[in-house]
Amino acid sequence: MSTYFAGLLADIGILTLGALSVYIILSTGQLSLGNAGFMGIGAYSASWLTVEAGVPMTLAVVIAAAVSGVVGVIVGFPALRLKGIYLAMATLGFGEMVRSFFLNFGPTGGAAGYHGMQIISVGYIWAWTGGLVVLVMVLERSRLWLGLRAVHDDETAAELIGLDAVALKVGAFGFGAAMAGISGALFAHHHLYIEPSNFGFQHSIELVLAVILGGSTIAPGSIFGAGLLILLPEYLRFLADWRLAAFGTLLIVILIVRRQGILDRQLYRLIGFGRAS
Amino acid sequence: MTGETLLSLDRATKRFGGITALDGLSFNVTQGEIVGVIGPNGAGKTTLFNVITGAYTLTSGTISYRGQSIGGLRPHRIAGMGIARTFQNIRLFASMTVWEHLLVAQPRGNGWSHLLPAAMGDKAARRRAEEVLTFFGLEDLRNRDAATLPYGLQRRVEMARALTAGPRLLLLDEPVAGMNADEAEELKSLLVALRDQMGLTILLIEHDMSFVMTLCEYLFVLDFGSKIGEGTPTVVRRDPKVLSAYLGDDE
Repeated sequence: MSTYFAGLLADIGILTLGALSVYIILSTGQLSLGNAGFMGIGAYSASWLTVEAGVPMTLAVVIAAAVSGVVGVIVGFPALRLKGIYLAMATLGFGEMVRSFFLNFGPTGGAAGYHGMQIISVGYIWAWTGGLVVLVMVLERSRLWLGLRAVHDDETAAELIGLDAVALKVGAFGFGAAMAGISGALFAHHHLYIEPSNFGFQHSIELVLAVILGGSTIAPGSIFGAGLLILLPEYLRFLADWRLAAFGTLLIVILIVRRQGILDRQLYRLIGFGRAS
Repeated sequence: MTGETLLSLDRATKRFGGITALDGLSFNVTQGEIVGVIGPNGAGKTTLFNVITGAYTLTSGTISYRGQSIGGLRPHRIAGMGIARTFQNIRLFASMTVWEHLLVAQPRGNGWSHLLPAAMGDKAARRRAEEVLTFFGLEDLRNRDAATLPYGLQRRVEMARALTAGPRLLLLDEPVAGMNADEAEELKSLLVALRDQMGLTILLIEHDMSFVMTLCEYLFVLDFGSKIGEGTPTVVRRDPKVLSAYLGDDE
Protein backbone atom coordinates (compact mmCIF):
# COMPACT_ATOMS: atom_id res chain seq x y z
CA MET A 1 0.00 0.00 0.00
CA SER A 2 1.46 3.32 -1.04
CA THR A 3 1.85 6.00 1.61
CA TYR A 4 -0.43 8.22 -0.44
CA PHE A 5 -3.24 5.71 -0.29
CA ALA A 6 -2.54 4.84 3.35
CA GLY A 7 -2.82 8.53 4.18
CA LEU A 8 -6.20 8.76 2.47
CA LEU A 9 -7.41 5.67 4.29
CA ALA A 10 -6.34 7.07 7.64
CA ASP A 11 -8.13 10.34 6.87
CA ILE A 12 -11.29 8.43 5.99
CA GLY A 13 -11.14 6.51 9.27
CA ILE A 14 -10.69 9.68 11.32
CA LEU A 15 -13.37 11.59 9.44
CA THR A 16 -15.77 8.64 9.80
CA LEU A 17 -15.62 8.91 13.57
CA GLY A 18 -16.11 12.66 13.40
CA ALA A 19 -19.12 12.16 11.14
CA LEU A 20 -20.46 9.47 13.44
CA SER A 21 -20.29 11.94 16.32
CA VAL A 22 -22.57 14.31 14.39
CA TYR A 23 -24.83 11.42 13.40
CA ILE A 24 -25.35 10.29 16.99
CA ILE A 25 -26.40 13.74 18.15
CA LEU A 26 -28.51 14.22 15.03
CA SER A 27 -30.36 10.98 15.82
CA THR A 28 -32.22 12.92 18.50
CA GLY A 29 -32.91 15.78 16.10
CA GLN A 30 -30.15 18.05 17.41
CA LEU A 31 -27.80 19.57 14.85
CA SER A 32 -24.39 20.31 16.30
CA LEU A 33 -22.01 22.55 14.39
CA GLY A 34 -19.45 22.41 17.17
CA ASN A 35 -18.16 18.87 16.98
CA ALA A 36 -14.73 19.94 15.81
CA GLY A 37 -14.51 21.54 19.25
CA PHE A 38 -15.03 18.15 20.89
CA MET A 39 -12.44 16.76 18.48
CA GLY A 40 -10.02 19.45 19.60
CA ILE A 41 -10.58 18.61 23.24
CA GLY A 42 -9.88 14.95 22.47
CA ALA A 43 -6.85 15.75 20.33
CA TYR A 44 -5.20 18.03 22.88
CA SER A 45 -5.94 15.87 25.90
CA ALA A 46 -4.74 12.65 24.24
CA SER A 47 -1.59 14.36 22.94
CA TRP A 48 -0.78 15.89 26.28
CA LEU A 49 -1.29 12.51 27.93
CA THR A 50 1.01 10.59 25.59
CA VAL A 51 3.70 13.26 25.28
CA GLU A 52 3.75 14.82 28.71
CA ALA A 53 2.45 12.08 30.99
CA GLY A 54 3.72 9.06 29.07
CA VAL A 55 0.30 7.42 29.05
CA PRO A 56 -0.01 4.52 26.54
CA MET A 57 -1.85 5.43 23.37
CA THR A 58 -5.00 3.36 23.84
CA LEU A 59 -5.50 4.52 27.41
CA ALA A 60 -4.95 8.10 26.27
CA VAL A 61 -7.67 7.67 23.63
CA VAL A 62 -10.08 6.32 26.23
CA ILE A 63 -9.37 9.19 28.65
CA ALA A 64 -9.70 11.72 25.82
CA ALA A 65 -13.08 10.21 24.96
CA ALA A 66 -14.17 10.50 28.58
CA VAL A 67 -13.06 14.12 28.83
CA SER A 68 -14.84 15.09 25.61
CA GLY A 69 -17.88 13.09 26.67
CA VAL A 70 -18.16 14.95 29.96
CA VAL A 71 -17.86 18.29 28.17
CA GLY A 72 -20.51 17.01 25.74
CA VAL A 73 -22.93 16.31 28.59
CA ILE A 74 -22.26 19.77 30.02
CA VAL A 75 -23.00 21.34 26.62
CA GLY A 76 -26.01 19.03 26.23
CA PHE A 77 -27.97 20.64 29.06
CA PRO A 78 -28.16 24.22 27.77
CA ALA A 79 -28.67 22.72 24.29
CA LEU A 80 -32.02 21.36 25.52
CA ARG A 81 -33.43 24.86 25.44
CA LEU A 82 -32.55 25.42 21.82
CA LYS A 83 -33.78 23.95 18.57
CA GLY A 84 -32.92 24.04 14.88
CA ILE A 85 -30.77 26.90 13.70
CA TYR A 86 -30.55 28.37 17.19
CA LEU A 87 -28.94 25.20 18.45
CA ALA A 88 -26.70 25.12 15.37
CA MET A 89 -25.51 28.66 16.10
CA ALA A 90 -24.96 27.97 19.80
CA THR A 91 -22.90 24.85 19.11
CA LEU A 92 -20.94 26.74 16.49
CA GLY A 93 -20.18 29.28 19.18
CA PHE A 94 -19.06 26.48 21.48
CA GLY A 95 -16.67 25.17 18.83
CA GLU A 96 -15.11 28.58 18.34
CA MET A 97 -14.82 28.94 22.10
CA VAL A 98 -12.80 25.73 22.27
CA ARG A 99 -10.63 26.85 19.36
CA SER A 100 -9.80 30.19 20.95
CA PHE A 101 -9.22 28.50 24.29
CA PHE A 102 -6.42 26.41 22.79
CA LEU A 103 -5.15 29.43 20.90
CA ASN A 104 -4.48 31.12 24.22
CA PHE A 105 -3.65 28.13 26.35
CA GLY A 106 0.12 28.09 26.92
CA PRO A 107 0.70 24.54 28.18
CA THR A 108 -0.39 23.04 24.84
CA GLY A 109 1.52 25.50 22.68
CA GLY A 110 -1.16 28.10 21.98
CA ALA A 111 -1.05 29.42 18.43
CA ALA A 112 2.27 27.67 17.81
CA GLY A 113 0.55 24.30 17.98
CA TYR A 114 1.57 21.14 19.72
CA HIS A 115 3.75 18.22 18.63
CA GLY A 116 5.89 15.37 19.93
CA MET A 117 3.30 12.62 19.47
CA GLN A 118 4.27 9.15 18.27
CA ILE A 119 2.75 8.08 14.98
CA ILE A 120 0.04 5.43 14.90
CA SER A 121 -0.61 3.03 12.03
CA VAL A 122 -3.55 3.07 9.65
CA GLY A 123 -4.48 -0.33 11.05
CA TYR A 124 -4.69 1.13 14.55
CA ILE A 125 -6.93 3.93 13.35
CA TRP A 126 -9.23 1.51 11.58
CA ALA A 127 -9.37 -0.80 14.56
CA TRP A 128 -11.03 2.08 16.42
CA THR A 129 -13.14 3.16 13.48
CA GLY A 130 -14.29 -0.34 12.62
CA GLY A 131 -15.03 -1.22 16.22
CA LEU A 132 -16.99 1.95 16.88
CA VAL A 133 -18.97 1.75 13.65
CA VAL A 134 -19.99 -1.80 14.55
CA LEU A 135 -20.84 -0.67 18.08
CA VAL A 136 -23.12 2.07 16.78
CA MET A 137 -24.66 -0.30 14.22
CA VAL A 138 -25.49 -2.74 17.00
CA LEU A 139 -26.87 -0.01 19.26
CA GLU A 140 -28.89 1.27 16.33
CA ARG A 141 -31.02 -1.84 16.42
CA SER A 142 -31.74 -1.59 20.12
CA ARG A 143 -34.81 -0.26 21.83
CA LEU A 144 -32.66 2.49 23.33
CA TRP A 145 -31.98 3.81 19.84
CA LEU A 146 -35.67 3.62 18.96
CA GLY A 147 -36.04 6.05 21.84
CA LEU A 148 -33.56 8.44 20.22
CA ARG A 149 -35.47 8.22 16.95
CA ALA A 150 -38.74 8.82 18.76
CA VAL A 151 -37.32 12.03 20.24
CA HIS A 152 -36.12 12.99 16.76
CA ASP A 153 -39.53 12.39 15.20
CA ASP A 154 -41.76 13.93 17.88
CA GLU A 155 -40.25 14.94 21.18
CA THR A 156 -43.52 15.77 22.90
CA ALA A 157 -45.13 12.49 21.94
CA ALA A 158 -41.98 10.65 23.00
CA GLU A 159 -42.14 12.16 26.48
CA LEU A 160 -45.84 11.47 26.78
CA ILE A 161 -45.42 7.80 25.97
CA GLY A 162 -42.83 7.49 28.72
CA LEU A 163 -39.45 8.30 27.21
CA ASP A 164 -37.08 10.55 29.12
CA ALA A 165 -36.27 12.96 26.31
CA VAL A 166 -33.85 14.96 28.47
CA ALA A 167 -31.74 11.93 29.31
CA LEU A 168 -31.79 10.74 25.71
CA LYS A 169 -30.78 14.10 24.25
CA VAL A 170 -28.09 14.83 26.80
CA GLY A 171 -26.85 11.25 26.60
CA ALA A 172 -26.62 11.49 22.82
CA PHE A 173 -24.62 14.70 23.18
CA GLY A 174 -22.23 13.02 25.57
CA PHE A 175 -21.83 9.92 23.43
CA GLY A 176 -21.36 11.95 20.25
CA ALA A 177 -18.81 14.20 21.94
CA ALA A 178 -16.86 11.16 23.17
CA MET A 179 -16.83 9.83 19.63
CA ALA A 180 -15.51 13.16 18.35
CA GLY A 181 -12.90 13.09 21.10
CA ILE A 182 -11.63 9.73 19.84
CA SER A 183 -11.55 11.07 16.32
CA GLY A 184 -9.46 14.00 17.55
CA ALA A 185 -7.08 11.78 19.51
CA LEU A 186 -6.44 9.69 16.40
CA PHE A 187 -6.12 12.80 14.25
CA ALA A 188 -3.41 14.17 16.51
CA HIS A 189 -1.41 10.96 16.48
CA HIS A 190 -1.73 10.58 12.75
CA HIS A 191 -0.76 14.13 11.76
CA LEU A 192 1.74 14.48 14.65
CA TYR A 193 1.20 18.20 14.78
CA ILE A 194 -1.97 19.95 15.87
CA GLU A 195 -2.94 23.58 16.05
CA PRO A 196 -6.19 25.25 17.07
CA SER A 197 -7.18 25.99 13.47
CA ASN A 198 -7.46 22.23 12.79
CA PHE A 199 -10.57 22.30 14.94
CA GLY A 200 -12.32 25.37 13.66
CA PHE A 201 -15.83 25.59 12.39
CA GLN A 202 -14.87 24.63 8.82
CA HIS A 203 -14.01 21.23 10.14
CA SER A 204 -17.32 21.04 12.01
CA ILE A 205 -19.06 21.76 8.73
CA GLU A 206 -17.10 18.99 7.05
CA LEU A 207 -18.30 16.51 9.67
CA VAL A 208 -21.91 17.53 9.12
CA LEU A 209 -21.42 17.39 5.37
CA ALA A 210 -20.10 13.82 5.56
CA VAL A 211 -23.21 12.74 7.46
CA ILE A 212 -25.67 14.53 5.22
CA LEU A 213 -23.98 13.25 2.10
CA GLY A 214 -23.49 9.66 3.19
CA GLY A 215 -26.83 9.28 4.89
CA SER A 216 -28.09 10.85 8.07
CA THR A 217 -30.46 8.08 9.12
CA ILE A 218 -28.06 5.15 9.51
CA ALA A 219 -24.54 4.78 10.87
CA PRO A 220 -22.91 3.33 7.72
CA GLY A 221 -23.82 6.61 6.04
CA SER A 222 -20.98 8.17 8.03
CA ILE A 223 -18.32 5.87 6.54
CA PHE A 224 -19.75 6.35 3.11
CA GLY A 225 -19.89 10.12 3.45
CA ALA A 226 -16.38 10.30 4.89
CA GLY A 227 -15.11 8.20 1.98
CA LEU A 228 -16.79 10.43 -0.57
CA LEU A 229 -15.57 13.60 1.06
CA ILE A 230 -11.96 12.42 1.08
CA LEU A 231 -11.86 10.54 -2.22
CA LEU A 232 -14.01 12.68 -4.51
CA PRO A 233 -11.63 15.65 -4.56
CA GLU A 234 -8.81 13.19 -5.28
CA TYR A 235 -10.61 11.58 -8.20
CA LEU A 236 -11.50 14.97 -9.56
CA ARG A 237 -7.83 15.94 -9.77
CA PHE A 238 -7.90 15.71 -13.57
CA LEU A 239 -10.06 18.82 -13.49
CA ALA A 240 -7.08 20.70 -12.05
CA ASP A 241 -8.11 24.10 -10.73
CA TRP A 242 -11.76 23.37 -11.31
CA ARG A 243 -11.93 20.37 -9.05
CA LEU A 244 -13.26 22.09 -5.96
CA ALA A 245 -15.93 23.83 -7.99
CA ALA A 246 -16.87 20.49 -9.54
CA PHE A 247 -16.92 18.93 -6.09
CA GLY A 248 -19.29 21.62 -4.85
CA THR A 249 -21.58 21.12 -7.82
CA LEU A 250 -21.64 17.40 -7.23
CA LEU A 251 -22.57 17.94 -3.60
CA ILE A 252 -25.48 20.16 -4.49
CA VAL A 253 -26.73 17.65 -7.07
CA ILE A 254 -26.55 14.77 -4.61
CA LEU A 255 -28.39 16.74 -1.95
CA ILE A 256 -31.13 17.71 -4.38
CA VAL A 257 -31.59 14.18 -5.62
CA ARG A 258 -31.34 12.48 -2.24
CA ARG A 259 -32.03 14.76 0.68
CA GLN A 260 -31.67 11.94 3.22
CA GLY A 261 -28.17 11.18 1.92
CA ILE A 262 -26.99 8.39 -0.31
CA LEU A 263 -27.56 5.55 2.14
CA ASP A 264 -30.85 5.34 3.99
CA ARG A 265 -32.97 2.72 5.74
CA GLN A 266 -34.94 1.79 2.62
CA LEU A 267 -31.82 1.21 0.56
CA TYR A 268 -30.30 -0.60 3.47
CA ARG A 269 -33.29 -2.93 3.71
CA LEU A 270 -33.23 -3.41 -0.03
CA ILE A 271 -29.68 -4.72 -0.06
CA GLY A 272 -30.71 -7.06 2.72
CA PHE A 273 -28.78 -5.65 5.67
CA GLY A 274 -31.42 -4.11 7.81
CA ARG A 275 -34.06 -6.56 8.84
CA ALA A 276 -36.73 -4.87 10.88
CA SER A 277 -35.55 -4.53 14.44
CA MET B 1 -59.83 -3.87 42.38
CA THR B 2 -62.93 -2.13 41.07
CA GLY B 3 -64.68 0.49 43.10
CA GLU B 4 -61.48 2.21 44.14
CA THR B 5 -60.64 5.68 42.96
CA LEU B 6 -57.83 5.55 40.43
CA LEU B 7 -57.54 9.16 39.39
CA SER B 8 -58.72 12.16 41.26
CA LEU B 9 -58.63 15.87 40.52
CA ASP B 10 -59.19 18.42 43.22
CA ARG B 11 -59.98 22.00 42.23
CA ALA B 12 -57.64 21.69 39.27
CA THR B 13 -57.09 25.04 37.60
CA LYS B 14 -55.03 25.84 34.53
CA ARG B 15 -54.61 29.36 33.22
CA PHE B 16 -52.83 30.46 30.07
CA GLY B 17 -52.25 34.17 30.52
CA GLY B 18 -55.74 35.59 30.84
CA ILE B 19 -57.52 32.48 29.69
CA THR B 20 -58.74 29.96 32.22
CA ALA B 21 -58.79 26.60 30.48
CA LEU B 22 -59.62 24.57 33.57
CA ASP B 23 -61.49 26.27 36.34
CA GLY B 24 -61.45 24.50 39.69
CA LEU B 25 -62.26 21.14 38.23
CA SER B 26 -62.78 18.24 40.66
CA PHE B 27 -63.68 14.68 39.82
CA ASN B 28 -62.83 11.07 40.51
CA VAL B 29 -62.35 8.23 38.07
CA THR B 30 -63.15 4.81 39.45
CA GLN B 31 -60.93 1.89 38.61
CA GLY B 32 -62.24 -0.43 35.92
CA GLU B 33 -64.74 1.99 34.42
CA ILE B 34 -65.03 3.43 30.96
CA VAL B 35 -65.54 7.12 31.54
CA GLY B 36 -66.34 9.78 28.97
CA VAL B 37 -65.50 13.46 29.01
CA ILE B 38 -67.81 15.51 26.84
CA GLY B 39 -68.36 19.17 26.27
CA PRO B 40 -68.39 21.73 23.49
CA ASN B 41 -65.25 22.80 21.66
CA GLY B 42 -62.96 24.80 23.87
CA ALA B 43 -64.44 23.36 27.06
CA GLY B 44 -60.98 22.33 28.24
CA LYS B 45 -61.11 18.62 27.47
CA THR B 46 -57.72 18.32 25.80
CA THR B 47 -56.20 20.64 28.40
CA LEU B 48 -57.52 18.22 30.98
CA PHE B 49 -55.62 15.37 29.32
CA ASN B 50 -52.53 17.52 29.07
CA VAL B 51 -52.49 18.28 32.77
CA ILE B 52 -53.14 14.67 33.72
CA THR B 53 -50.23 13.46 31.58
CA GLY B 54 -47.91 16.23 32.71
CA ALA B 55 -47.64 18.07 29.40
CA TYR B 56 -48.91 21.12 31.29
CA THR B 57 -48.48 21.91 34.97
CA LEU B 58 -51.52 22.99 36.94
CA THR B 59 -51.78 26.62 38.00
CA SER B 60 -53.42 25.44 41.23
CA GLY B 61 -55.18 22.39 42.60
CA THR B 62 -54.02 18.80 42.73
CA ILE B 63 -54.11 15.63 40.69
CA SER B 64 -53.54 12.30 42.30
CA TYR B 65 -53.23 8.88 40.78
CA ARG B 66 -53.57 5.80 42.97
CA GLY B 67 -53.48 8.05 46.00
CA GLN B 68 -50.22 9.70 45.00
CA SER B 69 -49.91 13.30 43.86
CA ILE B 70 -48.62 13.49 40.29
CA GLY B 71 -48.83 17.27 39.83
CA GLY B 72 -45.51 18.69 38.62
CA LEU B 73 -44.03 15.34 37.60
CA ARG B 74 -42.46 15.16 34.17
CA PRO B 75 -44.55 13.40 31.50
CA HIS B 76 -42.31 10.37 31.19
CA ARG B 77 -42.60 9.73 34.92
CA ILE B 78 -46.36 9.90 34.81
CA ALA B 79 -46.40 7.57 31.80
CA GLY B 80 -44.11 5.24 33.71
CA MET B 81 -46.62 5.10 36.55
CA GLY B 82 -49.19 3.61 34.21
CA ILE B 83 -51.01 6.43 32.44
CA ALA B 84 -50.93 6.15 28.66
CA ARG B 85 -52.63 8.26 26.06
CA THR B 86 -53.44 8.84 22.43
CA PHE B 87 -53.67 12.21 20.73
CA GLN B 88 -56.45 14.13 19.07
CA ASN B 89 -54.38 14.54 15.94
CA ILE B 90 -52.51 11.29 15.63
CA ARG B 91 -48.88 11.55 16.64
CA LEU B 92 -46.97 8.60 15.28
CA PHE B 93 -43.22 8.54 14.74
CA ALA B 94 -42.54 9.34 11.10
CA SER B 95 -39.48 7.12 10.74
CA MET B 96 -40.86 4.00 12.39
CA THR B 97 -42.60 0.84 11.31
CA VAL B 98 -45.63 -0.50 13.14
CA TRP B 99 -43.43 -3.03 14.91
CA GLU B 100 -41.01 -0.35 16.08
CA HIS B 101 -43.90 1.63 17.53
CA LEU B 102 -44.76 -1.36 19.66
CA LEU B 103 -41.24 -1.65 21.02
CA VAL B 104 -40.41 1.97 21.67
CA ALA B 105 -42.96 2.76 24.36
CA GLN B 106 -42.28 -0.24 26.56
CA PRO B 107 -40.57 0.29 29.87
CA ARG B 108 -36.84 -0.33 29.85
CA GLY B 109 -37.07 -3.59 31.76
CA ASN B 110 -34.30 -5.26 33.70
CA GLY B 111 -30.59 -4.88 33.13
CA TRP B 112 -29.11 -3.78 29.85
CA SER B 113 -31.29 -5.75 27.49
CA HIS B 114 -32.65 -2.60 25.89
CA LEU B 115 -29.15 -1.88 24.57
CA LEU B 116 -29.04 -5.12 22.60
CA PRO B 117 -30.50 -5.40 19.14
CA ALA B 118 -34.21 -5.74 19.74
CA ALA B 119 -34.33 -8.78 17.48
CA MET B 120 -31.92 -10.65 19.77
CA GLY B 121 -32.28 -9.44 23.32
CA ASP B 122 -35.40 -8.12 24.99
CA LYS B 123 -37.48 -11.24 24.60
CA ALA B 124 -40.07 -9.92 27.04
CA ALA B 125 -40.48 -6.73 25.02
CA ARG B 126 -40.93 -8.68 21.82
CA ARG B 127 -43.48 -10.98 23.41
CA ARG B 128 -45.46 -8.02 24.68
CA ALA B 129 -45.31 -6.33 21.26
CA GLU B 130 -46.46 -9.56 19.62
CA GLU B 131 -49.44 -9.83 21.99
CA VAL B 132 -50.55 -6.29 21.34
CA LEU B 133 -50.00 -6.71 17.60
CA THR B 134 -52.32 -9.70 17.58
CA PHE B 135 -54.87 -8.04 19.84
CA PHE B 136 -55.16 -5.15 17.40
CA GLY B 137 -55.03 -7.35 14.30
CA LEU B 138 -51.97 -5.59 12.93
CA GLU B 139 -49.84 -8.70 12.25
CA ASP B 140 -49.74 -8.24 8.50
CA LEU B 141 -48.70 -4.63 8.77
CA ARG B 142 -45.80 -5.02 11.16
CA ASN B 143 -43.12 -3.91 8.72
CA ARG B 144 -45.08 -1.07 7.19
CA ASP B 145 -44.12 2.51 7.96
CA ALA B 146 -46.87 3.46 10.37
CA ALA B 147 -47.26 6.97 8.98
CA THR B 148 -48.19 5.63 5.52
CA LEU B 149 -51.17 3.61 6.80
CA PRO B 150 -54.78 4.72 6.35
CA TYR B 151 -56.18 6.92 9.08
CA GLY B 152 -58.20 4.27 10.89
CA LEU B 153 -55.20 1.96 11.11
CA GLN B 154 -52.98 4.78 12.31
CA ARG B 155 -55.38 5.32 15.19
CA ARG B 156 -55.11 1.66 15.96
CA VAL B 157 -51.30 1.74 15.93
CA GLU B 158 -51.37 4.71 18.25
CA MET B 159 -53.62 2.89 20.66
CA ALA B 160 -51.46 -0.21 20.41
CA ARG B 161 -48.35 1.85 21.16
CA ALA B 162 -50.04 3.27 24.26
CA LEU B 163 -50.96 -0.22 25.41
CA THR B 164 -47.48 -1.71 25.10
CA ALA B 165 -46.40 0.49 28.00
CA GLY B 166 -48.63 -1.62 30.22
CA PRO B 167 -50.89 1.17 31.50
CA ARG B 168 -53.69 0.95 34.07
CA LEU B 169 -55.32 4.11 32.85
CA LEU B 170 -55.75 4.79 29.15
CA LEU B 171 -56.63 8.28 27.97
CA LEU B 172 -58.10 8.48 24.48
CA ASP B 173 -58.53 11.86 22.83
CA GLU B 174 -61.32 11.58 20.27
CA PRO B 175 -60.66 7.98 19.29
CA VAL B 176 -63.47 7.72 16.73
CA ALA B 177 -62.82 10.99 14.91
CA GLY B 178 -62.69 10.22 11.20
CA MET B 179 -63.98 6.67 11.60
CA ASN B 180 -67.08 5.30 9.90
CA ALA B 181 -69.89 3.60 11.82
CA ASP B 182 -68.46 0.10 11.38
CA GLU B 183 -65.01 1.11 12.54
CA ALA B 184 -66.50 2.89 15.54
CA GLU B 185 -68.48 -0.21 16.44
CA GLU B 186 -65.35 -2.32 16.16
CA LEU B 187 -63.44 0.09 18.37
CA LYS B 188 -66.20 -0.04 20.95
CA SER B 189 -65.92 -3.80 21.37
CA LEU B 190 -62.13 -3.47 21.41
CA LEU B 191 -62.30 -1.02 24.31
CA VAL B 192 -64.72 -3.18 26.24
CA ALA B 193 -62.37 -6.13 25.72
CA LEU B 194 -59.44 -4.06 26.98
CA ARG B 195 -61.30 -3.25 30.12
CA ASP B 196 -62.63 -6.77 30.66
CA GLN B 197 -59.49 -8.71 29.74
CA MET B 198 -56.73 -6.39 30.86
CA GLY B 199 -58.49 -4.58 33.65
CA LEU B 200 -57.87 -1.17 32.13
CA THR B 201 -59.61 1.99 33.17
CA ILE B 202 -60.43 4.15 30.19
CA LEU B 203 -61.03 7.88 30.13
CA LEU B 204 -62.03 9.21 26.74
CA ILE B 205 -62.87 12.49 25.11
CA GLU B 206 -65.38 12.13 22.33
CA HIS B 207 -67.79 14.22 20.32
CA ASP B 208 -69.69 11.29 18.83
CA MET B 209 -72.68 11.21 21.19
CA SER B 210 -74.07 7.84 20.24
CA PHE B 211 -70.64 6.34 20.77
CA VAL B 212 -70.21 7.90 24.18
CA MET B 213 -73.75 7.19 25.34
CA THR B 214 -73.61 3.52 24.46
CA LEU B 215 -70.04 2.82 25.60
CA CYS B 216 -69.35 4.85 28.71
CA GLU B 217 -70.61 3.93 32.14
CA TYR B 218 -70.05 7.38 33.52
CA LEU B 219 -69.76 10.83 32.00
CA PHE B 220 -68.32 14.16 32.95
CA VAL B 221 -69.59 17.20 31.13
CA LEU B 222 -67.30 20.22 30.87
CA ASP B 223 -68.00 23.73 29.74
CA PHE B 224 -65.65 26.69 30.02
CA GLY B 225 -63.25 24.60 32.05
CA SER B 226 -65.75 23.64 34.74
CA LYS B 227 -67.76 20.54 35.34
CA ILE B 228 -71.40 21.28 34.61
CA GLY B 229 -72.70 17.78 35.03
CA GLU B 230 -71.84 14.18 35.68
CA GLY B 231 -73.46 10.80 36.00
CA THR B 232 -74.49 7.80 33.97
CA PRO B 233 -75.44 8.48 30.34
CA THR B 234 -79.13 8.30 31.22
CA VAL B 235 -78.73 10.91 33.94
CA VAL B 236 -76.59 13.22 31.84
CA ARG B 237 -78.95 12.98 28.90
CA ARG B 238 -81.75 14.37 31.06
CA ASP B 239 -79.76 17.02 32.91
CA PRO B 240 -81.26 20.35 31.83
CA LYS B 241 -77.99 22.20 32.44
CA VAL B 242 -76.14 19.84 30.17
CA LEU B 243 -78.83 19.99 27.56
CA SER B 244 -78.75 23.73 27.29
CA ALA B 245 -74.98 24.07 27.39
CA TYR B 246 -74.07 21.24 25.14
CA LEU B 247 -76.75 19.31 23.36
CA GLY B 248 -78.84 22.36 22.55
CA ASP B 249 -82.24 23.31 23.93
CA ASP B 250 -84.16 21.65 21.14
CA GLU B 251 -83.24 18.13 22.12
